[in-house]
Amino acid sequence: MTPPPAQRLVSVEGIARRFPGLTVFEDLWFHVARGEFVCLVGHSGCGKTTILNILAGLDTPDAGVVLVDGKEISGPSLDRAVIFQGHALMPWLSALENVAFAVSCRNPGWSRGQVRDAARAALARVGLSQAAERKPAQLSGGMKQRVGIARALAISPKLLLMDEPFSALDALTRGTLQEEVSRLVTEAGQTAFMITHDVDEAILLADRILLMTNGPQARVAEIVHNTLPRPRERANLHHMPGYHALRDHILDFLITRSRTLAGAPPPGWDARTPPVVVPA
Amino acid sequence: MGAKADPWRAALLSVLLLAALLAAWEWAVKGGGGPAGPAVDEELAALLSPAAAAGGQTAMPAPSDIGARLLELLSDPFHRRGTNDQGIGIQIAWSLGRVAAGFTLAALVAIPLGFLIGMSPLLNAALNPYVQVLRPVSPLAWMPLALYTIRDSSISSIFVIFICSVWPMLINTAFGVATVRREWLNVARTLEAGRWKTAIRVILPAAAPTILTGMRISIGIAWLVIVAAEMLVGGTGIGYWVWNQWNNLSIADIVIAILLIGLVGLLLDRMLGLVQRWVAWQE
Repeated sequence: MTPPPAQRLVSVEGIARRFPGLTVFEDLWFHVARGEFVCLVGHSGCGKTTILNILAGLDTPDAGVVLVDGKEISGPSLDRAVIFQGHALMPWLSALENVAFAVSCRNPGWSRGQVRDAARAALARVGLSQAAERKPAQLSGGMKQRVGIARALAISPKLLLMDEPFSALDALTRGTLQEEVSRLVTEAGQTAFMITHDVDEAILLADRILLMTNGPQARVAEIVHNTLPRPRERANLHHMPGYHALRDHILDFLITRSRTLAGAPPPGWDARTPPVVVPA
Repeated sequence: MGAKADPWRAALLSVLLLAALLAAWEWAVKGGGGPAGPAVDEELAALLSPAAAAGGQTAMPAPSDIGARLLELLSDPFHRRGTNDQGIGIQIAWSLGRVAAGFTLAALVAIPLGFLIGMSPLLNAALNPYVQVLRPVSPLAWMPLALYTIRDSSISSIFVIFICSVWPMLINTAFGVATVRREWLNVARTLEAGRWKTAIRVILPAAAPTILTGMRISIGIAWLVIVAAEMLVGGTGIGYWVWNQWNNLSIADIVIAILLIGLVGLLLDRMLGLVQRWVAWQE
């Protein structure tokens, strides 16, 4: 199942986060293949956000390295776009200007007109053409997060990083946006890494789901392969054969096994090749 | 304090209070002097002002006198008849010019320096003791030092304006810059925006409302201080004019000056208030 190194876009090799007297996680290994969508599922406190920040280059691990395209990363990069949990739009800029800021960073040589056209196109892709001139304060939570998505995709990153991007939204909006992200990512063949604790979100979007035990000393207990065929739609996801087995497996993990498996790893467990599970 | 007051009723009450105050004043000066006699001791009046002594009457003008004098002053506010007889408009213009010069210089120093302090915890800790010690010093305490080193009274008063306006702008800029949301900085970092672009496009607009608050405090202090500074230095300006009218015992002119100083101060504050509204943002 492990792809040859050439197909790996991201390779996480033995990273750790330690505080004096507390090891949040250590010896953490995983990879993301090109065009793949990987979800990391776990409870709060297992260091999920830290892992995402390390991938983004906003944080540095206390040990280990992250390779992107075979090169060790040393900081943030336009190749790795982040959709933040709290949208992180700049309130003094309109939706269009927020996206245009990202476009102008990606293409420093472009004229104002080129930048605005590209920003407009990015907003159109998330269905926000009508609200382009509005400030974030005049947008609903879902619209703000759409702008965040447009901003991240406007710079055509190699890797899209998402930190529980829909957790602050109501269920209805969340569902719509999940499908939207699913569509955009599939269209663009976008490689993506997402943190979530929403089981259905992971099943809808992910090719592989990393299940993390509770911290401290959190580790990837197992890797779930999601074999449900694409395109997946929220409306009929639960009618797909294998959906319930997959969902039950992840829920069981979150409810009990994330706790019982926490702490020291069982004998024979290898941090580099955690067990692979194919429930469906 | 809960419900909002009806603006019309509040305005009406304001006008009534003013009318009552002016009526009482008028009566106290003109009608009700009574057996108490002149408010100013005759010998003192003779010393201070021949006019007061000759009339044997109070030097305190009634509101009607002040109104008449105000019309007279405002009818020709920009006249120049020698160094000691210039229109009130010219005097205010002198003061405004000094405040503008000192305040602009202070902004040019305080805002970039505040940026550096706000971005560098090291610089913040290193410079904080100086700011804390120098900030509470009355700006007028600098005046002798300024006169001695600069040897020019007009530039000295500009320096005093500079030194009093620099602190609120410096402290507010540093605070505003230091408290910019981490998530916006993270956005800039993930977009590889670079230091300069991050400073201009992210930190400056994020901190602008706080910086403008500092500028409003500064311009208020500067306008307070210029009157005192010009009283000390003399020559021109509304402060000097007030002092000159005190020497002439023209109390009406002093009352008018107080009124005009207040109005100009209000105007300055409102102007920066408009700028502040322009840079304000809401979540």
